[in-house]
Amino acid sequence: MLNLEEVNVFYGHVHALKGISIKVEQGELVTILGANGAGKTTTLMTLSGILKPQSGKVTYEGQDLTRLSSRQIVNLGIIQCPEGRHIFGSLTVKENLRLGAVRRDNHREVEKDLEWVCNLFPILAKRSRQTGATLSGGEQQMLAIGRSLMAQPRLLLMDEPSLGLAPVIVQVIFDVIRQLHEGGVTILLVEQNARKALQVADRGYIMETGTVKLSGTAKEMRADPQVEHFYLGGSAT
Amino acid sequence: MTTAQYLIQQAINAISIGSLYALMAIGLAMVFGILRLINFAHGDLIMVGSYAAWLALVLGAPFWLAAIVGIASSTIAGLLMERAAYRPIRGAPSVAMLLTSFAVTILLENVAILLFKPTPRAFPTPPILSEALNFGPLRISSVDLLAIGIALVLLVLLTLFVRRTEIGISMRASSEDLLGAQLMGININAVIAYAFAIGSMMAGVVGILWSIRVGKIDPLMGFYPVLKAFVASVIGGLGSLPGAVLGGYLLGVLEILLQGLLPQALTSYRDAFVFIILIVLLLFRPNGLLGSTEKEKI
Repeated sequence: MLNLEEVNVFYGHVHALKGISIKVEQGELVTILGANGAGKTTTLMTLSGILKPQSGKVTYEGQDLTRLSSRQIVNLGIIQCPEGRHIFGSLTVKENLRLGAVRRDNHREVEKDLEWVCNLFPILAKRSRQTGATLSGGEQQMLAIGRSLMAQPRLLLMDEPSLGLAPVIVQVIFDVIRQLHEGGVTILLVEQNARKALQVADRGYIMETGTVKLSGTAKEMRADPQVEHFYLGGSAT
Repeated sequence: MTTAQYLIQQAINAISIGSLYALMAIGLAMVFGILRLINFAHGDLIMVGSYAAWLALVLGAPFWLAAIVGIASSTIAGLLMERAAYRPIRGAPSVAMLLTSFAVTILLENVAILLFKPTPRAFPTPPILSEALNFGPLRISSVDLLAIGIALVLLVLLTLFVRRTEIGISMRASSEDLLGAQLMGININAVIAYAFAIGSMMAGVVGILWSIRVGKIDPLMGFYPVLKAFVASVIGGLGSLPGAVLGGYLLGVLEILLQGLLPQALTSYRDAFVFIILIVLLLFRPNGLLGSTEKEKI
């Protein structure tokens, strides 16, 4: 479905992605793990058309994404829920959610999805008239996820959805991710919480300083002592 | 004239001039909110609209038609300005954008000087708009009432637009978080074009009202209003629409107050006092009265 081949991206003079190759198949939940500065967010921003690669191929169902604007990419159903949430703080929760559906014009379906998102995150229904800025960090993350779901994603890019959240909320977020995955949404999940991510994912990649260092099924990775040592915080055995 | 009459008349004067500043400041604020660009060429849209209206009048058009021609010309000029000068450098550092706006200003003003000569031209206003109306003991100029009324209508329409329409809500979203808006697939080009169109349309309205007030037009006539609008939007908080409106009216009141309160010898330094007050305000509220002060949540 999604295929990155030997992709190179520069941030000014910084060589942020050094020829990475990543694949995501239809219906999969793939996670990208790695420390800060590994290039995870850069990868997602390249997929969303915010950054343009210097070289390499990025294709989605055979279509070249590097030539498309971020708006055209959204139109293909590739939706990003960005790190730091980027919700609109001065707009109400409901306005935020509706903006997720800004490119859709079937109003009946949008209303149905609005209901669905509010069932997924009941707190959003309760806060629908409040502005985004008045929400807690966890609620804002739910709003950001809800907003990207309103865009009817076929491929959902999630950038560190659990960052800075209390463990209870992290659990809620991961439950929703699992639920979406079971519902058939293809997901590319960037995480630092490797343990949680590998519990829900089918496959994973580990990135380090702009390269893919390791990849495999989530099961293999969970069992890999190297992964265990560096990313799951276990002691070397 | 009694003191009460004098005060009411001055208040109307202040609100009228404040309306013009507010309408101008909105145009600056809309564009700044999204692009972080202080568009100094915004003032020249006043000039473009006024000259277009003047041309129509000279050619024999009735005043209402000339006003429409003027406002339409400002709007089109604003859209062209965005397309030709600002879209190619989108995302450039803000200094580069500011310099580009100076370049646009210089270009427009010199073209106007070439076409229409640098000397001022009389703006032929129909008598009904240049006379003062009697309300009992009060004498109020009809252009003041017109300015207040038009500004009120436009502000209501603008509020409805940014609150109720999808493109209006998209505009608020883009001005708050451009990356977030892009990732949602909001049509940024359309949003920016709307911002320029609305702001330029308002500049066209201001141009007509300003020309009626002053009675003459010249190629550099946009400088003074854009400077005032800039001060107004800084008072209110750059990029905030309610701030721009509040700042515009406050500036109008402030000017009239200073005009009335300063001793005769100092009234010609009125603007200096305005700027002193602005500096003091910014010392206490660096983001203006309604500028955002909130910090990002983690």
